[in-house]
Amino acid sequence: MSIKDRMSGNEAVAIAMKQINPDVMGAFPITPSTEIPQYFSSFIANGEVDTEFIAVESEHSAMSTCMGASAAGARAVTATSSAGLAFMWELLYVAASSRLPITMAVVNRALTGPININNDHSDSMGARDSGWLQIYAETNQEVYDNFIQAIPISEACRLPIMVCQDGFITSHGVSNIELIEDEKVKEFVGEYEPENYLLKHENPLAVGPYGTSPYYMEVKRSQAQAMKDAMPVITDVAEKFQRMTGREYGFFEEYMMDDAEVALVVIGSSAGTGKEAVDRQRAEGKKVGLIKLRVFRPFPRIPLAEAMCKVKAVAIMDKAESFSNSGGPLFNEARNSLYDLEDKPYAINYIYGLGGRDITVEDYYDIFSDLFVIYDNDDPGDVYRYIGVRDSRFR
Amino acid sequence: MLKKAEELNEQVTWQEVTTGAEIYEPATSKQINTGEWRVMMPVFLEDKCRQCLLCAPFCPDSSIPVKDGKRLDFDFKHCKGCGICVKVCPFGAIDFVKEEK
Repeated sequence: MSIKDRMSGNEAVAIAMKQINPDVMGAFPITPSTEIPQYFSSFIANGEVDTEFIAVESEHSAMSTCMGASAAGARAVTATSSAGLAFMWELLYVAASSRLPITMAVVNRALTGPININNDHSDSMGARDSGWLQIYAETNQEVYDNFIQAIPISEACRLPIMVCQDGFITSHGVSNIELIEDEKVKEFVGEYEPENYLLKHENPLAVGPYGTSPYYMEVKRSQAQAMKDAMPVITDVAEKFQRMTGREYGFFEEYMMDDAEVALVVIGSSAGTGKEAVDRQRAEGKKVGLIKLRVFRPFPRIPLAEAMCKVKAVAIMDKAESFSNSGGPLFNEARNSLYDLEDKPYAINYIYGLGGRDITVEDYYDIFSDLFVIYDNDDPGDVYRYIGVRDSRFR
Repeated sequence: MLKKAEELNEQVTWQEVTTGAEIYEPATSKQINTGEWRVMMPVFLEDKCRQCLLCAPFCPDSSIPVKDGKRLDFDFKHCKGCGICVKVCPFGAIDFVKEEK
């Protein structure tokens, strides 16, 4: 029987880590992820895990610690947010290209400029091209479930993974959760047994060599293949997880999409508000739906495009700016995935929720209303839009 | 597919490179000609050398081989031409010249 409890998303991740009992944790505190190493330290102090906790002087060193541990053959975990993730930047690429399966809890927080501690996705979205797998959660339950699935996904793909949740919204918000029994988690994640590792004395190994021009491109192409090959691994692990818990996970979740005419595509906790908006609009007879993207890396280009094609217009929601003059990161990739299809919906970008700005049910009503106008008039207008920002033109 | 370093050459395809560019044997840098980076080169003047062996431990690239208590000529496959040996030699037994290629 699963264990019913109530807790924050940070505590849920710390408990998942406790059940996984990794070999090494290298971590440095930063709001709003601080509680994860803090809870975990208490598990170590109480003798509930036998993880080696390495207290470092920065996130740069936290990631370096995890890389060293992982290359040595250990299962390594860490947690960070915002500027902490940014400070790991250099190492993110090294961990991914060295194919080290490190599991990192990312508690999403805005990047500084201006300084802000609240949630948006600018930190992990900025790291989207670093070669890490990325999975996002709507709820505390999902972040717990994702973290447990992350271990076998990452190790099977030999790619590092970010398990993302929304800072304060799920990380500190307490909600009901079903925990899995310790023995079941232990069995699910298994023992980490890499084929080659630095401490395997019968097989001397060099990790992270200099890759000159005649080799670098082949190494990167091989790394890109690992990201492609992650797609079926993620599906397999989700199926195995469903058999254990009954909880279903895919690359994305479709909510009221079967007969929908317009839809939202959204990542993270904002999907919860979105579903409430869908329910209320449905009660008024409006055929609206929602797609909640769970897996951003690898980007599920083909299945996502097929799901979006069920409707006539989609609002692609970005909780991060790209400053690209062509919309946010999710918009660019989701819209790009539609290009080859004949009957594609209008795809409109809404930048929302930056630095912890609320997105409300009413904001979603406005978006649905925009989508119906676009669809009725057959005219998308400017596809790069903001929602929830004060604008002198609309006073 | 534990490839030896010598099996990895400039003809290998992306499918053939090792996972994460790992190298499954130690000290493979010995196989790589890094001596070609050199601009200046040391010249061993054997008749002036007293075999004090001060130069060998100072060489940052282990490019002064020592055999039976005596230094031999430079390992030019790995010597970068830094000139440290020239500075530390008390007997002027190492000349330092521009390398002509």
